[in-house]
Amino acid sequence: MKSTIIKKAGSLVLGLTASALLLGATGAAQAEYPDRPIGVMVAYNPGGATDFQARIATLASAKEADGKAISVGQPIYVTNKPGAGGRKGWNWFAEKASKDGYMMAAYNVPHFIAQSIVFDTKYNINNLEPVGNWGADPAVLIVGKDSKFSSATELVEYAKANPGKVTVSGAGKFVGHHIAHLQFEKAANVKLKYVPGKGGVGAMKLVKGGQVMAGFNNLSDSARAQGDIKILAVADLERHAFLPDVPTFKELGIPVDNSSVNFRGLMVPKGTPDSVIKHLANSVPKMFNDKKTLGKMKQTNSPVRIMTRDEVISMWKERQVALTELLEHLK
Amino acid sequence: MDFLHYFSNVFTPYHLLLLFGGTTAGLILGALPGLSPTMAVALIIPFTFHMQPDSGLILLGAMYTATVAGGAISAILVNVPGAPANIATALDGHQLARQGRASEALHYCFFSSFVGGIFGIIILIFFTPPLADLALKFGPTELFWIAILGITVIGTIGSKSVIKGLMAGLFGLAISTIGDNPMLGEQRFVYSEHMESGIHIVAALIGLFALPQILTLMEESRRESAGAMFALSESRWLQSAKYNFSRVKALTIGSIVGSIVGVIPGAGGQIAGLVAYDQARKTSDNPQNFGKGEPDGIIAAESANNAMVGPSLVPLLTLSIPGSPTAAVLLGGLLIHGLFPGPDLFTQHAEVIWTFIDSLIVAQIFMLVIGLFLSRHSGWIMKVPSHYMAASILILAVFGTYSIQSSYSDVLIMAILGVAMYFASKFGFGPAPVVLGIILGPIAEDNFLQGKLIGEAGDGVMNYFFTGAINITLILATIGSIAYSVYASHKMKQKAALS
Repeated sequence: MKSTIIKKAGSLVLGLTASALLLGATGAAQAEYPDRPIGVMVAYNPGGATDFQARIATLASAKEADGKAISVGQPIYVTNKPGAGGRKGWNWFAEKASKDGYMMAAYNVPHFIAQSIVFDTKYNINNLEPVGNWGADPAVLIVGKDSKFSSATELVEYAKANPGKVTVSGAGKFVGHHIAHLQFEKAANVKLKYVPGKGGVGAMKLVKGGQVMAGFNNLSDSARAQGDIKILAVADLERHAFLPDVPTFKELGIPVDNSSVNFRGLMVPKGTPDSVIKHLANSVPKMFNDKKTLGKMKQTNSPVRIMTRDEVISMWKERQVALTELLEHLK
Repeated sequence: MDFLHYFSNVFTPYHLLLLFGGTTAGLILGALPGLSPTMAVALIIPFTFHMQPDSGLILLGAMYTATVAGGAISAILVNVPGAPANIATALDGHQLARQGRASEALHYCFFSSFVGGIFGIIILIFFTPPLADLALKFGPTELFWIAILGITVIGTIGSKSVIKGLMAGLFGLAISTIGDNPMLGEQRFVYSEHMESGIHIVAALIGLFALPQILTLMEESRRESAGAMFALSESRWLQSAKYNFSRVKALTIGSIVGSIVGVIPGAGGQIAGLVAYDQARKTSDNPQNFGKGEPDGIIAAESANNAMVGPSLVPLLTLSIPGSPTAAVLLGGLLIHGLFPGPDLFTQHAEVIWTFIDSLIVAQIFMLVIGLFLSRHSGWIMKVPSHYMAASILILAVFGTYSIQSSYSDVLIMAILGVAMYFASKFGFGPAPVVLGIILGPIAEDNFLQGKLIGEAGDGVMNYFFTGAINITLILATIGSIAYSVYASHKMKQKAALS
C-alpha cells in the first residue's frame, strides 16, 4: 500500500511523507532499534588499515534476505577522528558519544588498553562495551632481504654477544609492535635498541632501506613484502595461514604470547541500553561473516578473526592483566 | 613500451567520463580551503569499492592530479592556498591578480601544471626501477638534512625582512612540537585538551592565510562601500601560453625539483613548490620582482607541485612506500582492489597499472582544458564586493577546518592563529614561513630522534649524520644555499647603491 502512495505522489508530497514518517519514527524511537543509519568512529586517518578494514567490515550492515534484515539492519557510515595515536578519538568516544547505539567505534587492541594504562585517558576497558571482533593482525619479526640473519635464533645469539647494538623498528610507542619488542627482549633475555618509525609504513621503510637491522611489523603488510624482506617469527600462539612456513616465537623456545596481536572490532560506550547491546552483539558478528565482506578482506590481505562479544570481553581482560605487568616499569 | 600498448583502455566512454568528472570535481574541491588533495582522494576511495580496479584507479588518479592544480585557483584569486603545496603560488599569483591580471596568472598556473605533470609521469614511466633504489637510500639522516635545507628557505619567503621571516619560521617550528609525539610516546605543551592532537598543518594553513585575508577585506569594505576588488584585464590564453612556454628556466627548475622531492618518501610533497620557488628566484635575473607578481614564481611553483605527482608513485608502486601524504591514501585505494605494490605489480597486473599511468597523462590534458575554461569564467570572483567575499571565505574556512578531522579544536586553533597573524602582518610578518616551520619541524625532529637512536647503537651519532654521499651532498647544498643568499643580498645592496 505504501508503495502505491509513493508512486502516485509528486516529489513535494514524497518529501512531506518522508518527513512525516521520520517524525513518527522518532516519536516511537524506543520501539525498534535501529531505525536510522549508525556511525562508526575510527580514531585513525582515512585510508589507513583500520579505516579501510572498518569500511569493508561494515559493508553488509543493511543487507536483507527475503525482505528481512540479516545483520544490523541499517546502513553504517564511517567518521574519522584521528589524532594523538588514537587517543583523541577514543577520548571523545568515551566521554561525548551518544549512548543510544547510533555511534559505535572501532577499537584497536592492544593500543587502547596500553594507552589507558600508561596515560591519563578518559577510556579503559571498564567504560566500553565490545560488540564483535573482525580482525587480528599479529606482529612479526622481520629483517631486510640481504640481512645476515636468517632465523630469530641467529638474531638472538648476535644480540647476546652485542647488547644494545641490534636496532629494531616498530610503528611507534605503546602499540602492538612495541609490546612485541618488549616481550621479545624479556623472553629471549637480550638488550635491543627500539627505533619508533612513523607508523607501520615508516617502520617497514627503515627495514627495507637497511637503516635498522630488524623490525616488528604487521603480518599482513609483511606477507605482501616478502620480495624485499625475510620474516623470521610470528608473535602469536599458532602459525598463520598467510605464512605457513614461518614459526612462532614459542616454537623457537622464546616464550612470547599473543599479547601484541592487533585485534580490531566494534564497541559502544558504557551506558548504552542492554537491549541495544544485545541486538548489536547478536548481529555484528553476522555482518562480519558476510560472504562478500570476507571476499574483500581476503582480497586486501586483511587477516580475519571473528569473535563474539563474550569472547572479546575475556580477551580484553586478559590483555589488561598482561599489559599492566609488562608496562609497569615504563610508566 | 608497455605504456603505449594499454593507451586504448583509457579511451572508453566510461573512462573518459570518469576522467572528466574526476578532474572537474578535483579542480573545484582543490580550490576549497581545507579540502587538500589528501582529503579529496580519501573521500573518493569508498566510491571505488564497487568499481573495476582500473576504473577506480583512473578516478583516484584524476582527482589527485586535479586537486593539486585546483589549490592554486584560490591561492591566486583570494590569497588562500587550497593546500600546503600551493603556498608558493599565492606569493606571486595573488599579486598578479591584484594588478588585474588574475586570468593571466591562472593561465600560467595551468600551463605550468600541465608541463610539470607530464614531466613527472614520463619520469614515472621510464625511471621507476633506479628511482626506487634511490628512494630507499633516504634514511633518517638524509631526511633530517633535507629538512634543514628547507629551513634555509624560510628567512627569505613572504616576509618584509630576513629577520622577520626567521622569527616567523621559528614560531612555526616551536608550535609544531605541540601535542602527542608518537616517537616519544609523550604529550608536550598540552595545556588544554584542544591542544592534544597538536596543530594540524591544514588548520594552520587556513587560519594563517584565510583569516587575515577576511579581516583585510572587511577593512576595505568599510573604506569603499562596494564595487570591484580589482579591475580585470582581458584574458588572452594564447598570449599567456606563448609567454609561459618561453620561460624555459623556471619550467625546468620546477619540473626537476618537483620530481626529486616527489621520489623521496617522507620529505612531504608540500615543500616541492616552495623549494622550486626559492631556486627560481635565486637563479633569476630579476630576483627583486619575486613577491610582487613575477610570473616565474607561479611557473616554478606550479610546475613543481604537479611534477611531484608522478614520481611520488614510484616508491608507492614498487616498494609500497608512499612518496607523499596523498600517495599514502592511494595505497589504500590499491589494496582495496587486491593490487599489492611490489616488483610483481607491473607484471601480474600490467594492464591495470599501465592503464592507470596512461590515464594520468590524459588527466593532465583534461586538467589543462577544464582549467583554462574555468579561468576564463573565474574573473567574476574578483568582482564580488569585499564584504560578501569576506563572509564566503569565513564560512569556507570554518567548514573546511572542521572537515579535516571532525574536530572543533582545529577550528579554535585556526581562529586563534588567524587573528594573531592578522596583527603580526601589520608588522611585516608573513604566514608562509610559519607554515613552512610547522611542516619542516616534525620532519627534522622525528628523523633526528631516529637517527640518534640508530647512531647510538652503531658508530656514534656524529659519525652517522656526517657520513654517506647523500648526507654530504645535502650538507654542502645547505651551506651553498645560505652562502648564496648572503652573496645575493650583498649584490642587490650594491646595485641599489649604484642606482
